[in-house]
Amino acid sequence: MKVAVVRFPGSNCDADALNAAQLAGHDAYFVWHRSADLGGADAVILPGGFSYGDHLRCGAIARFSPVMKSVAAHAKAGGSLIGICNGFQILCEAHLLPGQLVRNEKLSFVCKLVTLRVENDQTPFTNRYSVGKELRMPVAHGDGRYVADEATLDMLERDGRVVFRYVGGNPNGAMRDIAGIRNAEGNVVGMMPHPERVVEPILGSTDGLAMFALAGIPAGVS
Amino acid sequence: MSARAQPGDPAITGDLVRAHGLNEREYQALQEVLGGREPTFCELGIFSALWSEHCSYKHSKPILKTLPTTGPQVVQGPGENAGVVRIGDGWAICFKMESHNHPSAVEPYQGAATGVGGILRDIFTMGARPIALLDSLRFGPLDSPRQRYLFGGVVKGIGDYGNCVGVPTVAGDVAFEPEYEGNCLVNAMCVGLLREADLMLAVAAGPGNPIICVGSRTGRDGIHGAAFASEELSAKSQAKRPQVQIGDPFTEKLLVEASLELIASGHIVALQDMGAAGLTSSSAEMAARGGVGVEIDAQKVPMREAGMTPYEVLLSESQERMLVVAIRGREQQVLDIARKWELETAVIGHVTDDGLYRVMWGKECVAEIPGQQLVEGVPMYAPEARESEEAKARRTRPTSLLPKRDLDDALDELLDRPVIASKRWVTEQYDQSVQASTVQGPGGDAAVIRIRGTSLGVAVTAGCPARYVWLDPYEGGKAAVAEAARNIAVTGAKPLAVTNCLNFGNPDKPEIFYQFREACRGMAEACRALGTPITGGNVSLYNESPSGPVMPTPMIGMVGLLSDVSRHVTIAFKQAGDCIAILGDTRGVLGGSQYLTLVTGETFGAPPHVDLAAEHALCEALVDAAAEGVLVSAHDVSDGGLAIALIESGMAGEPMHGFDVDLAPYAPGLRPAALLFGEDQGRAVISFSPSNQATVEAVARRHGVPCHVVGKVGHPNGTVRIAAGERAIERRLIGTLAQIAEDAIPRRMGVTTIAAAGD
Repeated sequence: MKVAVVRFPGSNCDADALNAAQLAGHDAYFVWHRSADLGGADAVILPGGFSYGDHLRCGAIARFSPVMKSVAAHAKAGGSLIGICNGFQILCEAHLLPGQLVRNEKLSFVCKLVTLRVENDQTPFTNRYSVGKELRMPVAHGDGRYVADEATLDMLERDGRVVFRYVGGNPNGAMRDIAGIRNAEGNVVGMMPHPERVVEPILGSTDGLAMFALAGIPAGVS
Repeated sequence: MSARAQPGDPAITGDLVRAHGLNEREYQALQEVLGGREPTFCELGIFSALWSEHCSYKHSKPILKTLPTTGPQVVQGPGENAGVVRIGDGWAICFKMESHNHPSAVEPYQGAATGVGGILRDIFTMGARPIALLDSLRFGPLDSPRQRYLFGGVVKGIGDYGNCVGVPTVAGDVAFEPEYEGNCLVNAMCVGLLREADLMLAVAAGPGNPIICVGSRTGRDGIHGAAFASEELSAKSQAKRPQVQIGDPFTEKLLVEASLELIASGHIVALQDMGAAGLTSSSAEMAARGGVGVEIDAQKVPMREAGMTPYEVLLSESQERMLVVAIRGREQQVLDIARKWELETAVIGHVTDDGLYRVMWGKECVAEIPGQQLVEGVPMYAPEARESEEAKARRTRPTSLLPKRDLDDALDELLDRPVIASKRWVTEQYDQSVQASTVQGPGGDAAVIRIRGTSLGVAVTAGCPARYVWLDPYEGGKAAVAEAARNIAVTGAKPLAVTNCLNFGNPDKPEIFYQFREACRGMAEACRALGTPITGGNVSLYNESPSGPVMPTPMIGMVGLLSDVSRHVTIAFKQAGDCIAILGDTRGVLGGSQYLTLVTGETFGAPPHVDLAAEHALCEALVDAAAEGVLVSAHDVSDGGLAIALIESGMAGEPMHGFDVDLAPYAPGLRPAALLFGEDQGRAVISFSPSNQATVEAVARRHGVPCHVVGKVGHPNGTVRIAAGERAIERRLIGTLAQIAEDAIPRRMGVTTIAAAGD
């Protein structure tokens, strides 16, 4: 598969995402934020980092980058798209996913290993896991507290759009312990934890690797 | 051409010279460098910066020359932006530690953040991609709001900067002593990875080659930062807050990528960070290293505000700026790369062949100084060194008659001491795993980073047992290096090389210079014995405030190499039934120990003696045993002695493990407190499967290292029993002990840390 990893000025998990996709056997490459050409990608990753130095609000400026028009078109056409950490923030700012990520409840940056439960396996990124599977991976963010109004939260729960939930401890005060969500169609996923950091045994865990397998996704929509 | 005073320049008076931190002797030397004439205002500023202690090492250089700096692994020793050692397969590690004490003492958040920014630039200017950050911090006790404010601000500043740039902060240490109350220490270390063939030096060459600045615009911040760092802190220091620079990690991240691309492009011949003393020192030092001259038009430097003078442009310490020497004719390519990364850039001068350091302001020449003498002509000092009577009394005070303390209570109180307690409150604020190469993060003795695409791993550590140095600078200097080496070796890595950051008080005081000289003597000896040359570092003097000098703190940063990273060893007990053994002998030395301070409220006595041959043997035994794959855990014994080391190994795992040990047969005849809490050097607590006992003992014997099996690892979340003859710490749940260690710092920091900002 062809996997495009979008680089914004300030992205810093871009190389990790690229490596994880390559490790999973894909033809992965970077796309600079000024480019509108995703290179015929089957899947797109918006990696973590501090796009534009988090100026204004995390993800708020990146959404206006030229590349984001193409990313939105890719998503609309049913292409697989995942935003990790800052990428999740950008997806919310760009209204490709509902809700918002705000300052952690305890106000400080938090980096630690957390446990996630897979709540939905009907996405190209979680179809290799079964619902209820628990994964260990790190979070590393200052603004990772997922918030939305009650109606949206109820809708996400009802429609099976909560993809990951924190169990055994919520690191940021996210509403309903939400760590990741998807869009209605299931092709767009956003999550705060970092699966790309747990893809090799030497890193202590390979729990994240299956997220990059991308089995059975629609090819080449962009 | 000759430099001329500009309209509006102040007259060069004795007062102005003194305000620039230059004494009479130095001013005379300065005039000699200028051929007898009076300097212009700009020139005075330039000399003030380059002849400051911070830039010139005028008090420390003769002593620094006695440190060992060579070895087969050394690619680049002192004198460059950072040291470089080779690790195999064509790869090399570039690393350095630097202080940002004074700025952090007046503005903790920005001071610490820009400290991280500066050390990162020292690394990537050498062509290395930063792969790890470490921080060694010292504050006063956390019971004062001011100290909590400083501690909280520094940790947040380090985190926000490193996290944003995307370099994991993986190790370091933090300690709290009354001697740091008026002058905290903030030492940041960075480790980078490069192909040995890609090494880029900051040596200007090729007359006619253009000089280009890249990065942030130059503003009025940080003017005279280097000079500020070269005087004692006082009540007036707070007024120097405007001399603290402001950091922008977002620009830094772009600068990392642009610099590495520039180096790879082949369009440039040299690269240098504009750090302390900004444009002045970066350009002058690059020229001096290359034996060439430079001519810069300060007016061409992109400026942040209107109306700046050449003096301000030259001495600004605005952050996130680099100076590049490009190959003539390739200016456009360099500018294009910088602009692609959305950075400001401009050609501001060129290399010359006249050896002069010349600064223009448009058509006017505002400074013209013989370059070599500007960098090397500062008068050197050989201060008097004498141990103070007070220090002697402290060191020789007997530690034999201590008040009795219940062992369980002492253990609880030691675990609650912030220096021993869990540092999770700190490390969770740092991104520890970005770059997806962290094999061991914070919480052990050293961190381990794998080198992607190879079997290699690099172990890194930073710290200093300053209490020992304070009591006995020579033994303490040895201990600082020995402890770092043990921290590396317990992971299974072979100690490779050292960077240091020498934090001391005012060297003009004989008792301070004595500390400096003796600590360096101990350090040099230890580095020779352990085969770990010093490849660079930083000296920070004048760490004094009205409440006195800091504890002498020669911080040691060390790197080590694992040829097979999959064989790395952690500190955690992992399997019930595993044997627990202690490598090294115990004599029960309580001088300078945490226990002694706990029961007396004071720090005194002769600190543990360091037997360098035994330390070397211990390191070799640990590395060999790890390579043979027979160690399940290994942990250095330091603050709090054996009892604390054992408990740390018990609580480090997921899940935690209890254990049952009896130490009395191991060191018969010692008082229980001395046995449990004495801080003898040269020891490690290890665990291994009973089936590997013979192999472990054989490895220890081969290296002449005593190996005493003292007990067994217990059940997950089980109980702890530490017997010392008739007295014992009995049946404590490991989880209960861990909770004390976990709560110690958060409990103290619970109150708001911002409220005290103004005091």
